[in-house]
Amino acid sequence: MRRMFFGLLAASAVLVIASTSLLAHHGSASFDPAKRLMLEGTVTEWLWSNPHCFLKVDAKDDTGGVRNWNIELGNPTDMTGVGFKRTTFKAGDKVAATVVPVKSGAPVGRLVSVQLPDGTRLPQLPQ
Amino acid sequence: MKIRYLLIGLVAGMAGLLVPALVQTQGPPPGARGGPPPPLRLADVKWQPWNNTGLIRMPTDVTPDGPAPKRDLTGLWDPARNGIGARGARNPAPLTAWGEAVGRTHKSGDGIREVPAPEINDPLSTLGDPSGYPRNLLFELRSIHFLRTPSAYYVLHMWERRWRAVWTDGRPLPADPDPRWYGYSVGHWEDDDTFVVNSNGTDERTWLDNAGNPHSDQLRVEERWHRISDKKLELTVTLDDPKAYTRPWVALDKLQFVRIPESVDLIEMMNAASEVQKVAEQYKAEANQRK
Repeated sequence: MRRMFFGLLAASAVLVIASTSLLAHHGSASFDPAKRLMLEGTVTEWLWSNPHCFLKVDAKDDTGGVRNWNIELGNPTDMTGVGFKRTTFKAGDKVAATVVPVKSGAPVGRLVSVQLPDGTRLPQLPQ
Repeated sequence: MKIRYLLIGLVAGMAGLLVPALVQTQGPPPGARGGPPPPLRLADVKWQPWNNTGLIRMPTDVTPDGPAPKRDLTGLWDPARNGIGARGARNPAPLTAWGEAVGRTHKSGDGIREVPAPEINDPLSTLGDPSGYPRNLLFELRSIHFLRTPSAYYVLHMWERRWRAVWTDGRPLPADPDPRWYGYSVGHWEDDDTFVVNSNGTDERTWLDNAGNPHSDQLRVEERWHRISDKKLELTVTLDDPKAYTRPWVALDKLQFVRIPESVDLIEMMNAASEVQKVAEQYKAEANQRK
């Protein structure tokens, strides 16, 4: 039941994060919309920039090894609207991120949700 | 096993979005038990101090509201998320041969000319060029502020922090304009509620929208700003570009805005050249990882 709850949470969040309004710069053709990966790892970089923000994380993934993942988010304006800040991440932070990976198997994905070191989970929808 | 639960969750999440839509068309009326939520009143919109994400839904029952003041657009207006235009203008007219040829050179990030991210050549998102006009009406049209002087309306756009003048002093459009990123605009009141803006002289380097639809230096734009009430405004944009399109077409049809408090401190939102370069480098790095 707990797993289903998190599945539902993840599915709902991706519908928000991956919507064209939040990722208005480019489309989703290279991503595998039916797949989700849970990554637990260490932040190496947080780019707060237009037209997209990026979170880079060293994480052990389904390949069995540690790879540096490039995780894409929307633009800073829209990310601010769902709880992200320029200061949300810093190098060394331990995070758990759910991503929609690209089809090619490269360590690239779009963020569905992320749990911060203090347990906060983003995105947070406006109340 | 985990994937199975995620898939179940995905289906449930999508159903959560679809079911209310079905209920709205077939079920009880708004506000009734089991029906969709009642219309959002403007008074219930939760304003954010930095922007307007509280306006994810357009208020359909605006209270309090009042009659439109005569011949006045001043104020801060917001089209909620309806002005973003991520996939380009809807239903553009057929292109001419010239328009087709130019359009083929545009590799957009979204819409009908979408290419993988490392191949995008959108001058806005890869070089930090200005959106230009009328792309700033057809893509990322966020909050705008109308300011009035005796000779012009000034339109201040949150997106890019750009402004443009719409001259109201009776001058004509230039007959042979030097191209500008944001063209030349003149406006007049057609009646007490409808302000009509005509523009020309837009630089051909700009794209029309996020789908990479092209335009030529012959583009003429008509904006019709219709003040519906004190708190509601509509924008219709018609494009006429005989060099690029086979007929005039409506690129925005009655896009609704609501007036929001002028005390709202709008966030900065712009594609700085240094930032778009960083993002482009990111895509190149990703492309290399995929090889």
